[in-house]
Amino acid sequence: MEETLLDIDLKDREEYIINMGPQHPSTHGVLRFETCLQGEMVKYIIPHCGYIHRGIEKMSESLSYPQLVHLTDRMDYLSAHMNNEAVALCVEKAMEVEVTDRVKYIRTILAELSRIASHQLWWSAFGMDLGALTTFFYGLRDRERILDIFEETTGTRLIQTFITPGGLMNDVHPNFQKRVREFVTYFRKKLPEYNQLLTGNVIFQERTKGIGYMSKEVAISYGVTGPSGRGSGFHCDIRKLAPYSAYPFVKFNEITATEGDTFARYWVRMQEMSESLDIIDQLVDNIPQGDYMLALKAIKAPKGEFYHSVETARGELGVFIVSDGGPNPARIKYRTPNFSNLFVINKIAAGHKIADLVAISGSLDLVIPDIDR
Amino acid sequence: MNIEQLTAWVTALVPDQKPGVSKQFAECIVPAGQLHQLCKDLRDNRNTQMDYLFCETAVDRKDGFHMVYHMKSTILQHTLVIRVILTDKINPEVVSVSDLWHGAEFFEREIFDLFGIRFTNHPDLRRLFLEEDWVGYPLRKDYKDSFTLER
Repeated sequence: MEETLLDIDLKDREEYIINMGPQHPSTHGVLRFETCLQGEMVKYIIPHCGYIHRGIEKMSESLSYPQLVHLTDRMDYLSAHMNNEAVALCVEKAMEVEVTDRVKYIRTILAELSRIASHQLWWSAFGMDLGALTTFFYGLRDRERILDIFEETTGTRLIQTFITPGGLMNDVHPNFQKRVREFVTYFRKKLPEYNQLLTGNVIFQERTKGIGYMSKEVAISYGVTGPSGRGSGFHCDIRKLAPYSAYPFVKFNEITATEGDTFARYWVRMQEMSESLDIIDQLVDNIPQGDYMLALKAIKAPKGEFYHSVETARGELGVFIVSDGGPNPARIKYRTPNFSNLFVINKIAAGHKIADLVAISGSLDLVIPDIDR
Repeated sequence: MNIEQLTAWVTALVPDQKPGVSKQFAECIVPAGQLHQLCKDLRDNRNTQMDYLFCETAVDRKDGFHMVYHMKSTILQHTLVIRVILTDKINPEVVSVSDLWHGAEFFEREIFDLFGIRFTNHPDLRRLFLEEDWVGYPLRKDYKDSFTLER
């Protein structure tokens, strides 16, 4: 093979480029990091995305609002309920209708269950990324219980499309409250196990503390939201800043840390799981009676532009609808949390060792279909 | 600041701004030439402190491409929408704000990829999702390809 100028240039600086992904266990999806290394040190990373770009925004332009909700599950599939909720709330805001309290309560319980399930899967995979395989079994064992609850009510386990503009697809299963209560009691006992297994582990702490430092200014400038942003002290929890659904009725804390390293992002997610349990605890016994769906003649947004954001398990998901008054949007833009969270990786991982890149990208908790849409 | 105060603030910086359609946020339509200076002022001024650009996107409308910037102050908790209308639909071009907010660099790469809007002073303007040899810009309303299901 002939040597190109680039090869000679890299050789002079003793640098080389390897591709991490597009199919690599630690990228958790089809994403490619073009990683420039000098020995074991990462010089820079160029993320290449688009491997799973489906043109959801373009497709949505020819679908009605109740139809396009189905595509949102496929963005961040671990926050499917929250994605549906974002579109539903934005359309409801445009139509100036308000759903019943029953719907609000159920939406919030489902969203918080998804958040726990998502953080459980992240915790499982994060431990595995760092070589602690046991976490995967613990996490998935408990996540299964949430998926069972979802399956009973919505009929599916991963991408449910249960929340829709105007309410819910159906009322919850009669067993719902009982099973959610059982799960809360169960998981409260199991969460300390998670901490015993991984959080206090010396090797784990050595691998995460002081690694991948992100300052608050960097987080804001790059728009890093969710637990990753809050690990840097960026107060970005939409549930607190602009409470929607049943969040105004509950008491909970916005978890933030100031360290900004990989361990801080880890710690924030661990605390969020128990906050979510508290939120569910306050709601599940008081679900009011009422209709699960508003009687709407047609779901059409009036002419205008509307923006609504919700807090998914990974950060701020904004839905921007431009409507001409028809049943379809003229343009719909999803401001997805992973998109903004991904591109900070070069800033925070450059200068670290290649093994730390796995820890850092794991701590950002990326879901690739949410980036590519 | 509330909606009226924010609009007044932008009017003081850009006298020929026009009010936008949004009822939700303060919104101003400004000329493309004054965008960068305005954004810089909004970000750096003590009274506005727009440090967080949470959404930047384009919309294909009849009168041109609308660039929509949603910005927010994480300190003062107010939101402002700035809109620029690019009337040239063949070769739309606007100044990049990626030197003010890092996140904008990637929003702009996405817009370049899907709308074909060129950003001047952008550090790395390449396609983001589609391949380099892709023909056309899919999110434009006049985009046609051989395999799109027509509705």
